[in-house]
Parts: sequence; C-alpha cells; structure tokens
Amino acid sequence: MPGIADLPELPEPAKQRPSRGGDRLCLSGLGVGALRDVSLEVAPGEVVCVSGESGSGKSRLLRAIADLEPHEGEVTLGADRRRDFPAHCWRGWVMLVPAESSWWGDVVSEHFMEPAPDSFAAFDMPEASLDWQIERLSSGEKQRLAVLRALSHEPRALLLDEPTANLDPELARRVESWLRDYFRASSMPVIWVAHDRAQIERVADRHFEIREASPGVARLEEQS
Amino acid sequence: MTGGLIELAWWELAIGGALVVALAVVTHLGRLGLARELLIAAARMVVQLAIIGLVLETLFAVSGLHWVALMAVVMLLLAGREVMSRQKRRMTGGWAFAIGTVSMFISAFAVSVFALVVVIGPSPWYTPQYAIPLLGMLLGNTMTGVALGMDRLTDSAWRQRQVIEGRLMLGMTWSQAIGDLRRDAMRSGMIPIINGMAAAGVVSLPGMMTGQILAGSPPALAVKYQVLVFLLIAVGTGFGTVAAVMAASRRLFDERERLRLDRIGGSPG
Repeated sequence: MPGIADLPELPEPAKQRPSRGGDRLCLSGLGVGALRDVSLEVAPGEVVCVSGESGSGKSRLLRAIADLEPHEGEVTLGADRRRDFPAHCWRGWVMLVPAESSWWGDVVSEHFMEPAPDSFAAFDMPEASLDWQIERLSSGEKQRLAVLRALSHEPRALLLDEPTANLDPELARRVESWLRDYFRASSMPVIWVAHDRAQIERVADRHFEIREASPGVARLEEQS
Repeated sequence: MTGGLIELAWWELAIGGALVVALAVVTHLGRLGLARELLIAAARMVVQLAIIGLVLETLFAVSGLHWVALMAVVMLLLAGREVMSRQKRRMTGGWAFAIGTVSMFISAFAVSVFALVVVIGPSPWYTPQYAIPLLGMLLGNTMTGVALGMDRLTDSAWRQRQVIEGRLMLGMTWSQAIGDLRRDAMRSGMIPIINGMAAAGVVSLPGMMTGQILAGSPPALAVKYQVLVFLLIAVGTGFGTVAAVMAASRRLFDERERLRLDRIGGSPG
C-alpha cells in the first residue's frame, strides 16, 4: 500500500520557495465538454466561487485545471507554465479536492503529510483522528479529512469541489471562515465550487456561474 | 524397454470415442444440457490434433529453419489472439493483442531459443522435434499468465478508478498511483505456475513426463526433461507477465499521466 513513504519528493522549484502561496493562477482559453473558452485570473489569496446547475461541468472544469482529463487551453501558476512541468508536479501544486474523496490505506495517517497547524481543531476533528480506521469514518468526517489531507500536502493553489456539502450548517460556517482566513494568510489562490448562495456571499471575492450560451455551448459568466 | 512402443490403431481410438458417446447419452438423460457441447468439443479435439499431427509430420520431414520459424510465428500469433479474447475489458485499438504478443515473444520465444541453443543443444538447434513441442508448452503457459495478469489489471483499474485518480490528485506519479494494482496483477498471473510446480509429482504427474514414459523413455530422463520444462515455463511466464502488465499499465495513462479508461473497452456482455 503506498502511504506517505511512496509520495513523490517535492519538485525542485517548490523546495526553494520560502512560502507555498503567493502565486497567481491563470486559466487561458480552457475548454472541456460543453464549457468553452474559460479565461480567468485568480490573485494570490483570492477565493473565486464557481456555481452552476448539476451537470453543467463545474467538476470537469476543476478536473481540467488539475490536468486529469484531456481538454484545451493552458494554465499557469505564477511564472510556471503547466506544460513545462510533469503532470504529477502540477497536481501537487494545484491540488484538487473532489466532492467524493477516496481513501486507500487502512488508517487515516497513511494519507497525510504533516497537518497544517490548528487545522484539525478548526475542522472540529481531534488530532487523534489520524489514527482512526478509514472504514469507520462517516461521510462528513471523510469530507473534512479530505480537505485537511490536501492542506497537509502543502499545495500552492487549491481547487475545492463543494467542500462543506456533507456538514451541518454551523460546522460548515466555521470551516469556511477558517479556510478563508487560511487562504488569505498564506496568499493561496482558490477556486471553490459551491451551490449555496449564502455560502458564496460569505466566502467569495468573485463569483462566476456556468451558463448555457447557445445549445451545447456553455460559458463562465461573472456575477455581481 | 526401448522399442517397446505399442502401436495404436484407429479403431482402438474409436473405443475411447464410444465411451464419450456413452457419457453424452448419460448427460442427455440427466438433462445437464451438455451433451451437444461435449460431442462437439470431442470432435474438434480429434480434428485439430489430426491436423497438427499432419503438420508436424510434414515439418519433421522438411526440417528447414524457415518452416520451423513460420510454424513458431503462427503459434505466437494464435496465442496473442487467445490472450486478447480472454480479456473481459480489453484495450482498444489492437493494444491487447500487441502487448500480449510482444510480451510472449520476448519471454516464451526468447526462453525457448535460449534453452535450445544453450541447454538441450540438438543439432541443428532448431530441430523441430525439440523446438516445436518446447515452444508449444512455453507459449501455452505464458499465455495463461499474460492473459490473467492483463485481465486483472484492466478490470481492477476500471473498478478502482476513484482511488487511482485520488492518488493522482495528491501529486503521485502514474506509477505510484497504480503500483498496488500492478503488483496484484503480476501476482495473479504468476500464481498458477507456482502452484503447478508445488503440486508436481505429488498431486499430478505432469503430462509431458507421462507421455515420455509411455513412449518408452527411462523415468529418470523423463524427470530431467520435465524439471527443465517446468523451470523454463516459470521463467517464461514470470517475465512475460511482468512485461505485459508493465506495458499495459503504462498504456492506461497518457503523456500527462492522466488515467485513460477510454482506452479500455467495456465489458462484452
């Protein structure tokens, strides 16, 4: 079972970086499925929310940015162009947290690097949950741990797919406000797929919606 | 013992055939629904073996390198086709056939030639009495290993897509992401021959050794040949399975290390 020991070494350019954040995430001319021509700049520390009806291609857009499926367009992070780096380096930098997380080891800690400071408390998870058995986790616990796992791998940008969908409203608020502060403090650009209007109001610096422009063609439109 | 080979007449084989017909009647009466299949399979077996007997007689008579090579290539391609047809979810675009055939070529083929030239040493080295049966046994077993390994790999990749992609999302390389599935696939390809060796002589008397003893060879010599063949089969199956699973797992990812399940066809039925 590949656990922590199997995880790739951090690529060279990242090692030299004092801080992991501070880069601008630029999408240019991205196209996947019906969604065409997505060009978007996410500033360091900015949270951009993306919403849209189910099946409109929100998740596919995130998968395309993380380079998990064939698509058009180019993405850059700071001065690093995606095509200049091996795909696994890129995914280690621009990390996707899918709506449904997958776990392969027996114990939670097998999937983790060093957890981000205070992150467990903010997510209402005891640090001891690192020793929990995967098969005994609830869906809400899995979802929170998936975000914590991604943070522990110290990405330079995050792509979140409905990260609080399985949490009760109070906990969701607490998690989202902690995440907001964390992204600001570490200057991390974030694209956050959400459907709850109130949540978007609370966390988003800018909000885009996927709309059908003409039959079979969808575009990203900024909402004010 | 030498020269004590008892001829079998065709009518004597018919007695065996009559027993199969009797079995077919019993299965028909028992409504097993197998009588037809049983008779057809028996008839196919007779015809196929008769043809191969004729081919071998001719081949042994001419004994030229190019004829032996032609026969070997035909056997290899048939084995490649068999590997492909045993895949539940087969790779599209001829890759199942290509990977199977190439990996059998570099294992079973290479090991046969090596054994003929270095170990057994008939003269000339391609003497068909040695080359063809040896290659046949190696191909038959390697084929099973390669087919099992590839089938296991593609099927488990299909089922565990989420896990593989989850690992990719955390920044693992394609090879780390599919590592444990690959090990399982290699293991399942190699287990039959390992079990076969462990049971040899205790549970079953291997067919080749039995045949050689029936043909009048001293048991000690038959055992030596059987040991050699078992070792060669283990080597051929092992390397063939490893090569096929490595190549197939690479093919599951593209140049950007994306999991490409569209390169596997759906399950036929």
